This record gives sequence, C-alpha cells and structure tokens, in this order.
Amino acid sequence: MFDSSALLRQRFAGLRSTAELFSLRHVKQSHQALSVRRNVAEPPVFSHDEGAMLTVRVNGVEAYAATADLSQTGLQRALEQAEALARQIAPYSLLDLREQPATSARHDHISPNFDQPVPSLADCLGLLAAESASVPKDSRLVDWQASLGLSLVEQTYLNSAGAELRHAQRFLFPGLSVTASDGQDSQSRSLGRDNFGQQGGFEIVERCGLVGAARLVADQALQLLLAPNTPSGARDLLLMPDQMMLQIHESIGHPLEMDRILGDERNYAGTSFVKASDFGHLQYGSELLNVTFDPTIGEELASYSFDDDGTPASKQFLIHNGLLLRPLGGALSQFRSGLDGVANSRACGWNRAPIDRMANLNIEPGDQSLDQLLQGIEHGILMRTNRSWSIDDARNKFQFGCEWGQLIENGELKGIVKNPNYRGISAQFWRNLAAVGDRSTFQVLGTPNCGKGEPNQVVRVGHASPACVFRQIDVFGGDA
Amino acid sequence: MKDVFEALIADVRLYLQADEQFTLGYSAEQSQFVRFNHAKVRQAGEVSQASAQLRLIHDGRQAEQQVTLSGDAQLDRQRLIAALEQLRQTLPLLAIDPYLRLDESAWHSHSQQEQPLPALSEVLALLEREAGDLDLVGIYAAGPICRGFASSFGAIGWHQANSFNVDWSLFHENGEAVKANYAGQRWSADDFTARLRLAREQLSFLGRPAVTLKPGSYRAYLAPAAMDEIAGMLCWGGFSAQALATGNSALQRLYNGDAQLHPMVSFSEQVSGSLSPAFSDEGSPRLDVPLIQQGNAMQRLVSARSAAEFELRANGADSYESPCALSLAPGNLPSEQILKRLSTGLYISNLWYLNYSDLPAARMTGLTRFATFWVENGEIQGPVSTMRFDDSLYSLLGSQLEDLTREREMILSTSTYGQRSTGSSHLPGALVKGLTLTL
Repeated sequence: MFDSSALLRQRFAGLRSTAELFSLRHVKQSHQALSVRRNVAEPPVFSHDEGAMLTVRVNGVEAYAATADLSQTGLQRALEQAEALARQIAPYSLLDLREQPATSARHDHISPNFDQPVPSLADCLGLLAAESASVPKDSRLVDWQASLGLSLVEQTYLNSAGAELRHAQRFLFPGLSVTASDGQDSQSRSLGRDNFGQQGGFEIVERCGLVGAARLVADQALQLLLAPNTPSGARDLLLMPDQMMLQIHESIGHPLEMDRILGDERNYAGTSFVKASDFGHLQYGSELLNVTFDPTIGEELASYSFDDDGTPASKQFLIHNGLLLRPLGGALSQFRSGLDGVANSRACGWNRAPIDRMANLNIEPGDQSLDQLLQGIEHGILMRTNRSWSIDDARNKFQFGCEWGQLIENGELKGIVKNPNYRGISAQFWRNLAAVGDRSTFQVLGTPNCGKGEPNQVVRVGHASPACVFRQIDVFGGDA
Repeated sequence: MKDVFEALIADVRLYLQADEQFTLGYSAEQSQFVRFNHAKVRQAGEVSQASAQLRLIHDGRQAEQQVTLSGDAQLDRQRLIAALEQLRQTLPLLAIDPYLRLDESAWHSHSQQEQPLPALSEVLALLEREAGDLDLVGIYAAGPICRGFASSFGAIGWHQANSFNVDWSLFHENGEAVKANYAGQRWSADDFTARLRLAREQLSFLGRPAVTLKPGSYRAYLAPAAMDEIAGMLCWGGFSAQALATGNSALQRLYNGDAQLHPMVSFSEQVSGSLSPAFSDEGSPRLDVPLIQQGNAMQRLVSARSAAEFELRANGADSYESPCALSLAPGNLPSEQILKRLSTGLYISNLWYLNYSDLPAARMTGLTRFATFWVENGEIQGPVSTMRFDDSLYSLLGSQLEDLTREREMILSTSTYGQRSTGSSHLPGALVKGLTLTL
C-alpha cells in the first residue's frame, strides 16, 4: 500500500513553479472483471492504470494537465503545460480564485478489511461457475450470468500548501442475472450488479447474498414471465431499498448538485429544479424525509475522509424533517455560492478534474418494520430492483421501472406483476412520503455507474436506504 | 505515435513463447478540454493518455489485460512484459473457452489524417467575439486520437486523426435553450462562426410566450439530433447477436419476423466514410452491414464470440456488438418544407434521457430537451416546456411514421467517457403522425 508515496513526495518537492498554488493528484487503480455466462467463463479482463493530474492556480485562475509520465521531467512538463494554459485562459476565466483557501491537511484513509486477502482467481471463478450451474434447466431460461468485479484504488494528493492526503480503497461488485423468454416476451431478474457494490473484503459477496441465490433468481424470472402486466392507476407505492437507491440518486442527488444549480452542467447532465435560494426554505418532502451525506459508513462505496480537493468529509443532513438545508457542493461550489456544502468534489481518475458529485447519499431509517409498512397500505404495489430510469434535465419529471412488482391489498402482499413502472415529479413526489422503514429494512447499496461532467466521468456512489411508502403514485405496466 | 505502437508490437513478439498467440490494441489521445459557463471558461485542462490492451491466447484459453502507458519506452516495455506474465499465469487456471475464435487473417489497414487543429487562442477569441454577450455553456474538446491493432497472425491496423468537437447550448433568460454542435476533422473558423450565428438566431424564437401541453398524442417532427437519441437506444443491444439470441434486444420481435417497421426505414452500419477506425476492438476489419431494410430485419451485428456461441458468421462487430456508425436512409421530405408539412404539432430539436419502459415491446420513454416548439399552420408559436413521451418504436418508426427528411445530418459523438469517442451517426429527421406524451 502507498508504495509510490516516497517517490511522489520527492518528485513533488522537485517541481518548480511560479503558481501561487499547485497540486498533484496521483491515482493508481487496478481492476479485475470475472464472469461466467451460461456456464462458460468469459475471458477474464484485468486493467492497471496510473497517472497524475497537476493543477495550478495562477493569479486566481486554475488549469490542469494530466499525464501518465510520472518521471520528474514528465511531471514538470505537465505543471508547465497547466501554467501556460492558466495564463492563456485568464482573460476569459469565469472564476477568480485568489481568495479561495487551500488545504494543508495530512491524513490516510483505508477501506475496512483492506488487508484481508480475497480468494484466488480460480476460487472466484469456481464460485461463479457453481452459481451459474445451479440455474435450473428450463428452455425458457435463455441467459444467465454470475459476475464479480474487484477494484483497488490508491490516491495521493499533495499540494504546495503542505497537504498530503492518501486513500487506499478496495471495492467489490458481485452480480447475478437471469433472463427468461418465451420468444415474444422476456423478463430478467437480478441480484447485485449495478445496484450493489461496497468497500471492503470478500465479506461483501456474503452480504450481497450471491452464493446460493441463482435458483431463486431464476425462479423469479420465470414467475415474471408468467405474470400479468402491472395495472395502471394511482396506488400507494412501497419501494424496497434496491429501487429507493435509484429514486434517491435521480430525484434528490442530482438536483442538489451545486454545480448544476450554478449552471456548469446545463449543456450535458442538465440543470436543477432547485434554486440556490431554496436552501433553508424549501420543504422538499414530508416531515419523514431525512437525507444525509454520510461518508462514515465504512463499507459504503463513497466513504472517505477527504474529497479529491482536500476538503474533510463529515456526515451532514441535506434534508432534515423534509426541509432542504444544504447542497451537494464541494469547496469550490461553496466559494462560488456562499452556501455551506459537503466534501463531494470528486474525480473518476487521474485524467479528469474533480467536480461536484454524489458520494454517499442516504435516507435515514424511520420506525416501521416491513410488516407495519405493508399493513398501512390498503391498495398498493411493492416494487424492487431498478431496471429503467429516465428523468428530465432539471431532475423533476421522472419515470422509473423495476424488475419485480407485487400488488398489495388491505395490508397483504398479493400477486406478482411484470413491467412495474411509475412516474412522478420530484418536487411533489417526496411530499407523498408516508412511511419510512426501520433499520431492519435498511440496506447499504451503491452503483459504480454515475455519469456526469464535460469531459465525461463515471464515479462510484453509495446509497443506503430503508424501504419507504409513497401515497397515490401513478403506476403502470408494459405493452406485452 | 505509430512508432510507439510498433515498438510495443515488437516487444510482445519478442517475449511471446512458442504456441502462444496475442492481440494488441492501442488507444491514445492528447486532448484539450475547455468547459464554458456563461460564455466564460469554467474549467480547462490538457490530458495526455495512452493504453495497450493485450490479449494472450494459448491452448484454447484467453485472458486480457489493459495497461496505461507512460510514454517511457523502457517502463512501458516492463509493464507489457509484466502484463504478459500475469496473463500467462492466469491461463492455466481457466477452462478451455469454447467460444474462442480468432481472426487469423493478416489484414492491413492504415489511416492517418493530420489536418491542423485551431489554436486554442483562436477558439477562445472567436467565442468571445460571437457569443460573449450570450449565456453560452458547453465544451471544446480537441486533439489527436489514435487507435491501433495488431495480432500474432500479422494483422495490423492504424487509425490516427486530429479532431475537434465543440458542443454548446445558448440559454435564454427564461431558462429555455438551443443546442448546437460543430465537430469534425477540418476546422473552419467561418463554418464555426456560421453555426454560432445560426444558434443565436434560433435563440430568438425561445423568447416567445411558452406553450403548455397536456398529455396526449401529438403530431411531431423529430430533428436528427432527437433521432440520434432514439438510434442511441437501438445501439444499446438492439442489433446485437447476443442480445437477440438471449431475449435482451428491443428488436427481438422485428428480428423474429413478428413485427415490422415502416417500409421507409432502412438502418445500416455504415463504417466506410465514417470517422471510426476501419477495424474493431476485437481485431477484425469492420464491414458495412445492412441491419434493417425497408422495415424488415436483415443482418445483426455479430462478434467473433457470438459467432461461435450462436453459430453465426462474424461481421466485424465490436465485442459489444453496438454500431459505431449507424445510418438511417433518407426519405422524401425536403428540409425547407418541414414546418409546412408538420402544419400543427411539435417541432422537437432534441430528446433526452431515453430508457425502455417495456424492452421486448421496444417501448421507450424520454423527454424533450432544448428547443421544442409548438407549431400551428406551419408557423412557430412558442417554446414548449419539458414533456415526457412514452411510445413504441413500432409506432414511431412504424405505423405513425409519415416521412423522413431528404437531407441527413452527420452527428459525431460527443462522448468522452474514458476517452474521446470516434462514433457517429448519419440520420434524417422524422415526421410522425402521433407521439404519445404522458407527463
């Protein structure tokens, strides 16, 4: 761990610059992707990536240069490129950052169980093969796949104000999916995949429930194939955590990103229905809604001590009892807007600059068990596991679809329905939050695939949530 | 950069053992990225990156490793050798891969285009002059892109091009916006200026009083950029041999012969003449492939792996079996008659954030974004606020399709996830009798 630190320190100390502030962010990451599809192992894919971004501030104007050449000459060249660029864009620069303070913090952050070994590649493949082989033989089961992604990331941030911030993290992404088809219709059921990932060791695979799950997942895919379509109309909606994470992500997370509110993303990821003046005033949801930026849950995907700009990370309520309090805005956005934010300035790697991103964005648990949530529903539907997501560029009008639906009548779960979709408007939807599950319904989930930014970046984000009930939501099925 | 690639090939050959085979992919770019907000520079940087994708094949087994290259020949050789060694140790742990198929032909392909790119100072000054008074937001991305491929069978491909992509929006003070793009390999300050001025003209329409629509079915014109979003959904497994064989394609009913699109609809993968490399990431020469002809399914995109698994013939598709240069044949509607033929309905410049609400039924949902107008009797009345649609492809490009435009637009991908994309699409606009708006 941190094998490069001494050399990086030495080379950073050897850099020469006239900039008032400069930094080096070195990122080394490796990834291993294993998969067994229809009982055949796909070729394993490994990757090793390493490089550094040099960022300078010259007369209040910042610019960067990213390079994989980590020699003294290579780093110095990148630093000078960044300096030249900062001077070139100065007449056109949007921001004057001369007054923005720089961090001088020094800290190491390491994932839980980082040092615990994971099983060998052969053992991992064996585990996936066994899971794949346990999918029952049925001609309607046309596709299935068991997969395991493993990523290691080490980052070192050094700046000319004396900061040295390092983190070493390990991420696992177990997954399983089964598709059933009758030639006309097809239905898929999955576990993990894009809806689940955590930091830590191999205990994550156990927490995901991958081992031994294939038979049940396959059976559920077949049940869906035979199920009627979701009926149309207004119903109470019980969302389980693996759909809540998407609901939080799209209709709370993105609209609260301060760079969107400041207009940076209007050409690509979009803007927000939330205005800067709404913080401290807007009743975002019902009084049951409590949303936190929480980097302290060790296993959650985006737990860290400092963000990529060097801001210390701590748990903060973004929404408390339904009232909107603060945005997802890192140090730069806080400087630009004058609002208190959080430590969420993040980059996907050494070749992209940090911007405001979601990190761990969670809903705090309430006080009702799953049985109590069900009992409070007279005419409703339970949905679990996201499969489709679409929301407007202001993050207001949304339509989401799930893999699994189950009708609820008079407090009891009834028949399974396929193609469960629902639509709504963010600004109204959260005000319909009628019940929040307790800790027994709470799950720590996350996705490796949150895209945003120009140039584009994909980052890992964590979402932990209980099951939640929303009153009178417009639900509907598919055509098939 | 080609000499760097050739040195890597030589290194791999040198350290290869008897009976081992390899493929080596190469990707590199030097990029200037400049983001704008309020017509000022929000963030600027330069990125220099290169990577090699080494696949080792031995005894019916294969594994792949991607390594970032530093630019230092000796260090990169060490990284490649280390990758080779890790792959060599991995292969015995694997079962024989029944779907391993290799293109053993010694094909050669070479394309090198070094048209000069503009100086950044020229771009910044031009933007300041033409749009300094506007609320412009977007990105300028430019620089050389290289892709290479080599195999132990003697295949070698090289693709190098300088390219630029300026992608921007102009925002009206009422929050409405018009989207524009200027991209390619041959920079012309005059052409860029013309695009900027056209966008400025379009902005004036957005100041008219907004029109509010209720959910329902509306006659609509979908501009090529909006069609690109629909085509993008089809690229997401629609034509993939694997997805079609496993119930995961939105076009499975079309390819099963259970559904048809309008006879005017002919899609093809048109690699020749596009900006994409002439070879796939798997190391096969790409082919022009007719996908849908006159509304009926034709070929599918077949990778070497799918060819083995589903007993098909590979046709140069990437491993993901997604088109890189999707083309939709033109129709008969002259562009200057779009408003007249639309008469009363929606003029939709762009769509946004599409996804499937029912994949086997090819039913998709998404939203209008940027300049969408309500038109009455061929006259633009005013902008329409964001609306959601939810409709089937078999309706939009089937029973409800009235015409496609005679002129098409070549749309170059603005994607920069990981690296700058070389993908493109060549699409007409579409006039449809009914588009279902739901929210």
